[in-house]
Amino acid sequence: MAKLKDLALRPERLSGGHRLCPGCAAPMIARLALRSTDAHLVVGASTGCLEVSTTIYPYSAWKCSFIHNAFENVAATISGVEAAYRVLKKRGKIKEDFKFIAFGGDGGTYDIGLQSLSGAMERGHNMVYICYDNEAYQNTGNQRSSSTPMGSNTSTTPVGTESYGRVGKRKDLTAIMAAHHIPYVAQAAPHHWKDISRKFERALEVDGPAFINVLSPCVPGWKYDAKDTFNISRLAAQTCFWPLYEVDNGVWKLNFKPKEKLPVEEFLKTQGRFRHLFRPENKHVIELLQEEVDEQWERLLSLSGKK
Amino acid sequence: MPERMALTGNEAVAHAMRQINPDTMAAYPITPQTAMMQKFADFAADGLIDTDIVLVESEHSAMSATVGAAAAGARSMTATAACGLALMWEILYIASSYRLPIVMPVVNRALSGPINIQGDHSDTMGTRDAGWIHLFSENAQEAYENTLQAIRIAEHPDVLTPAMVTLDGFIISHGVETVTIYDDAKAKKFVGEYNPRYTLLDANHPMTLGALDFSDFYFEHKVSQLDGMMASPQVVLDVGKEFKETFGGEECYEFFEAYKMDDAEYAVVVLGSTAGAARMVVDDLRGRGVKAGMIKIRMFRPFPYQEIAKLISPLKGCTILDRSIAYGGDGGPVHIEIRSALYGYNSVPMLTNYIYGLGGKPIEPEHIMSAMNELQEAVKTGTPKRRIGFLNLKEDYVPAV
Repeated sequence: MAKLKDLALRPERLSGGHRLCPGCAAPMIARLALRSTDAHLVVGASTGCLEVSTTIYPYSAWKCSFIHNAFENVAATISGVEAAYRVLKKRGKIKEDFKFIAFGGDGGTYDIGLQSLSGAMERGHNMVYICYDNEAYQNTGNQRSSSTPMGSNTSTTPVGTESYGRVGKRKDLTAIMAAHHIPYVAQAAPHHWKDISRKFERALEVDGPAFINVLSPCVPGWKYDAKDTFNISRLAAQTCFWPLYEVDNGVWKLNFKPKEKLPVEEFLKTQGRFRHLFRPENKHVIELLQEEVDEQWERLLSLSGKK
Repeated sequence: MPERMALTGNEAVAHAMRQINPDTMAAYPITPQTAMMQKFADFAADGLIDTDIVLVESEHSAMSATVGAAAAGARSMTATAACGLALMWEILYIASSYRLPIVMPVVNRALSGPINIQGDHSDTMGTRDAGWIHLFSENAQEAYENTLQAIRIAEHPDVLTPAMVTLDGFIISHGVETVTIYDDAKAKKFVGEYNPRYTLLDANHPMTLGALDFSDFYFEHKVSQLDGMMASPQVVLDVGKEFKETFGGEECYEFFEAYKMDDAEYAVVVLGSTAGAARMVVDDLRGRGVKAGMIKIRMFRPFPYQEIAKLISPLKGCTILDRSIAYGGDGGPVHIEIRSALYGYNSVPMLTNYIYGLGGKPIEPEHIMSAMNELQEAVKTGTPKRRIGFLNLKEDYVPAV
């Protein structure tokens, strides 16, 4: 894979000046993804933070071709672009080589865009889908999605005398995508540039669809200081709240096993959205969340042959 | 050489799509469109076309993928009906606002609920303001020819507006007719090459499509869509003329067909397959000395207001048949347009409006004849029996209007 120095030398395809929040992980993820290939790119984005903040007419932060269609259909849209590329290449109308990346937030991917994503992956389009998972509808102001962790204080699961926040478990989207038996599926986090860059490169290199789910800490939604994005990302991996792994042609591989698996509190306590969980009456929620994390971790260890 | 074939409407349109051989075709089954895509898939399986067929998981994705493909510079088609069109609704507006010249045959079918698979016009009428050109077809031949022409109309540089070609569910889509399929090479030459000016796959000129448009630009962009829409009538006429000259066809190549309208005093306005029965009624009335005529609208969007009003304004009476209801509106959508078209004319005929054929309820010459008889009566008395009537409704059912 490319060295950090090489990555830095590649042309910047998402320019500065966009309007994403300071500390937002989404543009860091997008820039790393765009640097992981020299090929021409067409990027799509579902409606969401990344889209609204990078393309406010008449400006665009994208130096490669970019298309936004709607909220729920970036996978279908990019599948159409890829189909067009294939046939136009076959018919001799295009000479250059292109690659295709679709970006969606968790709302646009786990929820409203799941059908479109599933269809595009099953059809086998040669495209990479990257979910920047900030664990709620952050563009509209932190409403709960099916990726929102248990106990999270969101604007549609607000904490009150009768509520400790979001009830129930997160959807395991990465596993759902692995069940599509596509060439490459991975879960990544932005603090680990080497791991995530290798995954982007691998995703772009395989012949067929690839899906990468990337944790994307959100300053206003998760309520933390902008400088802590990578620290929180790192704690998500070290607590196994967000394991880093990949499924390469059906083979599950764990990419990061912490020397010491930290308790989930270490991740929770860094963010305002979980502050209420540290009150005595909500202690059981942290326990439930720890159980959910442990269950998922054990399953992952078993799937990746570490157990 | 042109070939006379016994084909359903679906098959006839599939032949048009075979001759177009588009770059991409997104396909999803829905009755009564399914057989069209099956036939198209057969052509691909037999190597007659090399279109990239994208077998999507819904109509929403069909239109979404078609938008992506068209934005990438591909000549991109799909086809649908009824609920499928309704599911696409959101993306229809995006396709037209991105000025993507997508051509989509729509097999008209009733919308749920209650669920029904038979023909009426509720589906495309629901999309009448989506910024698409709407071309209606009377029979399989017209559906075939409209599909070929729609490519030229939609892709015309002054137009760049998506187009629907409609055909009535089952009546046209499944009825077998003798259809003339024109010479392949000639049809391909007529359709021509598609070379869009802007595409996502132009390596030297990357572009952003679908940026966020606030109130400082949105209004102007929406109004600019009218440029394409309002340029289309002339292109419809030009393409129709060229088509007739090229192939010698005998179908309707203008905004509407005016049947025995030269000296008409009474007229019936219809869309689609009902024109056949209406023509019979006109002939019957003419045989009895009534100066009757028929207007079959081909181009519903953009609506040919002036041309239609000129034709209708001198009449004594005109009845408008609608195969859908504009709930809470003034009867059906065609009626609303025609009333609006006549505003400002000094001479305005008696207008009546009949809803008919919802969910495939049969429409027979006797029903149209009753509408024409009531129209003559209304002209005589100066008041219509009912402002909005219903043809072939069960006799014991009393409507609220």
